[in-house]
Amino acid sequence: MSTAPGCVSRAVVTSGPRRPPPQRADSAMAWLKRNFFDGIGNMLITFGLLWVLFETVPNLVRWAVLNAVWYTPNAEVCHAAAGACWAIVPEKYRVMLFGTFPYEEHWRGVIVIAIVLGLSVISTVRRLWSYWLFVAWIAAMAVVFVLMLGGVFGLKPIETHEWGGLPLTLIMFVGTVVGGLPAGVMLALGRRSTMPVIRALCVGFIEIIRGLPLVTILFMASLMFPLFLPEGMTIDKFMRAQIAMAIFFAAYAAEVVRGGLQAIPRGQYEAADTIGLNYWQKTTRIVLPQVMRIVLPSMMNEIIRAFKNTTFIGIIGLFDVLRATSTAIQDPTWVRYSIEAYLSIFVLYFVLCFAMSKYSERVECDLAVRR
Amino acid sequence: MANPNGSDNGREPIIEFRGVHKWYGDFHVLRNINLAVGRGEKVVICGPSGSGKSTAIRCVNRLEEHQEGDIVVNGIELTPDVRRIEAVRRTVGMVFQNFNLFPHLSVMDNLTLGPVLAQGVAKRDAEEQAAELLRRVRIPDQALKFPGQLSGGQQQRVAIARALMLRPQVILFDEPTSALDPEMIHEVLDVMTELAQAGMTMICVTHEMGFARKVADLVVFMDAGEIVEAAPPEQFFEAPTSERTRLFLSQVIH
Repeated sequence: MSTAPGCVSRAVVTSGPRRPPPQRADSAMAWLKRNFFDGIGNMLITFGLLWVLFETVPNLVRWAVLNAVWYTPNAEVCHAAAGACWAIVPEKYRVMLFGTFPYEEHWRGVIVIAIVLGLSVISTVRRLWSYWLFVAWIAAMAVVFVLMLGGVFGLKPIETHEWGGLPLTLIMFVGTVVGGLPAGVMLALGRRSTMPVIRALCVGFIEIIRGLPLVTILFMASLMFPLFLPEGMTIDKFMRAQIAMAIFFAAYAAEVVRGGLQAIPRGQYEAADTIGLNYWQKTTRIVLPQVMRIVLPSMMNEIIRAFKNTTFIGIIGLFDVLRATSTAIQDPTWVRYSIEAYLSIFVLYFVLCFAMSKYSERVECDLAVRR
Repeated sequence: MANPNGSDNGREPIIEFRGVHKWYGDFHVLRNINLAVGRGEKVVICGPSGSGKSTAIRCVNRLEEHQEGDIVVNGIELTPDVRRIEAVRRTVGMVFQNFNLFPHLSVMDNLTLGPVLAQGVAKRDAEEQAAELLRRVRIPDQALKFPGQLSGGQQQRVAIARALMLRPQVILFDEPTSALDPEMIHEVLDVMTELAQAGMTMICVTHEMGFARKVADLVVFMDAGEIVEAAPPEQFFEAPTSERTRLFLSQVIH
């Protein structure tokens, strides 16, 4: 290319072709040195941690895997072994998973678990998000209650105080979120209302609930609430706990949603006003979809917490998975292996919570693409 | 004061300010605004920042509330009555400085949402109309994209199309090019000029004096909450009567 000397464009032309960024040459040794043995302090920390691992991991593996008893109907076998007694799980899993639910009706609980978990998995596929999925959840909830309560289609009636284990935990969790989330959204909207009475009611409700421990609310629902009801009217313990859980969740969800509402620029409301949308159209079509996207991570946090909070219902005498497990290990021949039983339940909780957390991460990524 | 009631060319006014005052707290932001805009007229409002020009046009569709005086839009006087406000908003479209497109909706949905929800237009008809308007603002192939995937100039043209979807009788422009990179300003101004030539009534707050000179029937200069000068562009630019106007013009025209 012929360019006059000193011409500005020459500098641009000679700035060279596009090329990929330089690769950092990095051998395994160099990587190790940089990350673990870089200086005396890091070396000390590395060796210290290696020593801790060396002292603990072999023992753990010996106890949990090598010397463990995986299956035996006889507690004596476990007694003789040096390692963990995982045999308590196959021995007691029916009680752990279904609690006080009548033994010969456990198949109904199995179907309930399958429906809730199955539909949850289906709901994670974004392609299937539609009105029909919502209908499917409503229908599934109806089926779940028919299966759990019985009394129709020749199913033996089972009262709610006999419910227990994983079906109870899952129903309590789904009920908490399904009931509490819309209530939380309404509370958050109410808190920003221009009508002083509504705003005061919402603020008062949220602050009172947030100011109380969940245990207190559950006790109030379980013990005090019946005292206020008129003579002869009762709401059963399960429903009372369910409402208490949903209310507690709603108060926290409301604050999460409020944070999202504050992040929506005023221009969005104004634009919605100028195209003639009324308050509800504006809220449901413009504001809440954006709010939900913003608050997804913290809302998922609350949802996972709500799942773990279901363990509190054991306190007022409902047999959720954890309480059912502690009942299962009352058996004197197996009682010394309660740690193994609890560990199995912890794994169950972890798997479910971790799945939820991973799912929310994926939804975040999906939604981020559209920004 | 020159011609405080706007142009008096005999056309029926579609927007009328009569002695409008507004305060933000103790701050007197609009002082005795009198202005009449006739059907088909193009009014450009200019003035230094903080002069109340945006506030004035935001009062027209009640994004801001005035405290004294009357604003009449298409024969409807603006009061706190929600039905009147809604009726006025059906008449008046608005384009914002920051576009204010709905980021979670596609361009197509941004356009059709208003007619479908607020006016009960069939989705199909609204989509046809939207496609037509997107051709008119010269972005016919972006309908399925999301606002975040468009350039500022394209977003603002979508916003103009969205304002047109409701078939308004007036469009308010609130500094429509102020948030744009320089190379995108003309594509938006071109669309606005075409709109003006098609006979749309427009009130435009802008610093684009070239646009004012070319398109406006009336140029209004506001300062410190009052209308200082209002005149047709030839007179406004060649022979401003007020010292404040002359000072302002010397600052914005290089």
